[in-house]
Amino acid sequence: MSFADRLRLPKSGLVKAIAVMLGLTLGFGLGGCTTGNPASTNPTRTLKVGATLEPASMDAWHNTAAAIPQVLLYNVYETLVKVDADGQIRPLLAQAWEVSPDRLTYSFHLNPAAKFASGAPVDAAAVVANINRMKADPKLTETLKAQLAIVTGAAVVGEREVEIKLSRPSLMWLYDMTTSVGMMLDPAFTGDVASATAGSGPYAFKAHDKGQSVTLVANNAYWGTPARFDEVVFRYYADPNAENAAMLSGDLDIVSSLQAPDALSQFSDTTRFTTINGTTNGEVVLGFNHSKKALSNLKVRQALTMAINRRELIDTVWNGQGTLIGSMAVPTDPWFEDLSGTNAYNPTQAKKLLKEAGYGDGLTLRLRVPVIPYAVKSAQFVASQLRDVGVTVKVEELDFTRWLSEVFTNGDYDLTIVGHTEPRDFPKFANPKYYWRYDSKKFQQLYQAADVTPDDAKAVAGMKASLRYLADDAAAIWLFDLPNLVITKNTITGLPANASSISFDLTSIASR
Amino acid sequence: MQLGLRIAKRLGVFSVSLLGASLLIFAITQALPGDVAQVLLGTDATPEAVAQLRAQLGLDRPWLVQYLDWIGGILTGDFGVSHLSGDAVVSLLLPRLAVTMWLVGFAMFGSLLLAVPAGMIAALKRRSWQGILVSASAQVGMAIPVFWGGILAVVIFAVWLRWLPANGYVPLTQNPASWAAHLVLPVLTLSAVQAAVLIRYVRSAFVEVLNEDYYRTARSIGWTPMRALFRHGLRNVAISLVTVLGLQVSSVLVGAIVIESVFSLPGLGSLLMTAVAQRDLLVVQGTVMFLVLAVLAISALVDFSYLLIDPRQRTGREA
Repeated sequence: MSFADRLRLPKSGLVKAIAVMLGLTLGFGLGGCTTGNPASTNPTRTLKVGATLEPASMDAWHNTAAAIPQVLLYNVYETLVKVDADGQIRPLLAQAWEVSPDRLTYSFHLNPAAKFASGAPVDAAAVVANINRMKADPKLTETLKAQLAIVTGAAVVGEREVEIKLSRPSLMWLYDMTTSVGMMLDPAFTGDVASATAGSGPYAFKAHDKGQSVTLVANNAYWGTPARFDEVVFRYYADPNAENAAMLSGDLDIVSSLQAPDALSQFSDTTRFTTINGTTNGEVVLGFNHSKKALSNLKVRQALTMAINRRELIDTVWNGQGTLIGSMAVPTDPWFEDLSGTNAYNPTQAKKLLKEAGYGDGLTLRLRVPVIPYAVKSAQFVASQLRDVGVTVKVEELDFTRWLSEVFTNGDYDLTIVGHTEPRDFPKFANPKYYWRYDSKKFQQLYQAADVTPDDAKAVAGMKASLRYLADDAAAIWLFDLPNLVITKNTITGLPANASSISFDLTSIASR
Repeated sequence: MQLGLRIAKRLGVFSVSLLGASLLIFAITQALPGDVAQVLLGTDATPEAVAQLRAQLGLDRPWLVQYLDWIGGILTGDFGVSHLSGDAVVSLLLPRLAVTMWLVGFAMFGSLLLAVPAGMIAALKRRSWQGILVSASAQVGMAIPVFWGGILAVVIFAVWLRWLPANGYVPLTQNPASWAAHLVLPVLTLSAVQAAVLIRYVRSAFVEVLNEDYYRTARSIGWTPMRALFRHGLRNVAISLVTVLGLQVSSVLVGAIVIESVFSLPGLGSLLMTAVAQRDLLVVQGTVMFLVLAVLAISALVDFSYLLIDPRQRTGREA
């Protein structure tokens, strides 16, 4: 007996129509899972990478969004030199380089095989054209302008040899050249860099399906080791749960960055998934507003630092994942040393210092954080530990754009927590206008002296000294270094443990 | 004559509502703290550069000028340009609209498919276990938040059974089978949640029909309860059902925004969420205006549909 009979439904046209439609919907739907699975409609060798921040365009020169170099750097556009997973500078378009004794002139010897996707060579003239183009572009992002500010000129020395002159020596400059500012664009390209690419990398941009994905295709004319995938799709998820679900259901090959470490347990099946756990460039900084009277007092800053048990914070808010750093450097930086023992956890001493500073009767501070999981969770923990030493903390959560305008730009805060994900970003402490309003002449001298030191080893030692100064001066509280949590299918190999660059570097990734 | 007057009146209300909505939308988006110039320039930008970009984008002009500029554009079909990507707002809206339209359309249809038979059973068998079961399930269904329902559906059908893709979207023109496969879970979730709400209305409307004279007459000439309900009941129930459906459209749209996020569908909802987060105000205004237009148009259609369903409304006579 049919369902309709049982309900004594008249077998009218309406019922039949409904039955047909239901059948069609289900048939379509289930048919879709065998024939419609994205994997089977794509050509062979497709890599699908899940990510959370979608780029608004493909133009890294006029848009600061980190999501752009994540896709393009090293994959589509190449740089003279690149940074490897251990933070070391390696050859890319330049196979070798020399630095003059005064460290003002860099001579790069370009790889003779290097060519753009169009077939045009990446020669000295192309490098000079790129530097000149950026220097002449009034709309270039402030970040790139600042990085180019010390470049006084670039000159062709030979067909494959280029010389770049600086106005002062800088240890940082060559590192900067491994990021977006070093990306070489085909000088012959006349299209719109927002929606097309013309690089020399193993992949080329194919399509940006707004709200969904960015697709790269193999550059078959690549001059180096050929691309291992015909197509790479970066799929974007506003909701991290959706990204995890796509990985669990087999729709993705890689989750490029797990948004919350409590999701790790979902991928514990080692027969299906591999978990990569390394370090990133993301220092989670509890920033002080140094223009506020209480926070301009060293004793108060030291007391606040001593009041927070950072090991316990990592265990409580980030599932024990993350590295203690104690200053504004991460383990892949050449000048890193673990300074988390400076102003170490000691609530009794914290109370004493607060009393000495004149805040024995209590202190009230506003902790304004952007709504980002690590910031919100850390804020609760910090508020609770500061309460134990007599500091009342009022936590306010703001959406990121509001945080950017009120806290970052206008400096309307006492304390805040945010991850600083740019590589080698501790020189920000030398800028008194930066949102911390940290104006330490001593630190500025230490850093600038280190940056212009002609000897590499001495320069690194100088950087270490300036970082130690920051920690001693309790310029901020460095809660932890965000872990690089990457999930891959077991068939995927070649991903480095550490995310030392802003690129999601596809060049080493392969599929078994 | 009376009909023409009614239509004219309805169109008048429609236009005034749209104007009011546009003012409200503009005022609220302008009041949002934070701005797109800062988002565009990033964290290294100087305040001077931000101010300069604001001037370039025209964000420093008086509100009235900005409003008139925006509304004037809309009247000629120009919704402006996204500050963030440089794309025309309309070119961003249209592909997203298609996704939301499929989702909302199928979900409304699906909720009717579920709610009408279930509501009938709940009414006819209201004193036996079947009726109680339907009513109880509807109560449970209403208590389930739509995002939770979505996550549950993903876990069961995509992660455990691997029958359907967990999320994402493929346009119909690209691959119809894949398009349908990607829509099944979001549509089912949204339909089920909406059906849970509808079932109660359908049930009470049919319970009323059961007490009507025409129903008793139909039964007395030997019609089965289902036949009597289908032939005479459905049309009488339709008026209140259409009213409820019209009201439901806005809640389905809200549900769609949530569902789009759970299933990573590139619809209007996800466009709106991203644009709000990045203060891409013209995109926010354009999208909300579009949604308001859709809701108002549907409620106007609901009004007109009474005329089709109920002959008494056409003639102005009471039966």
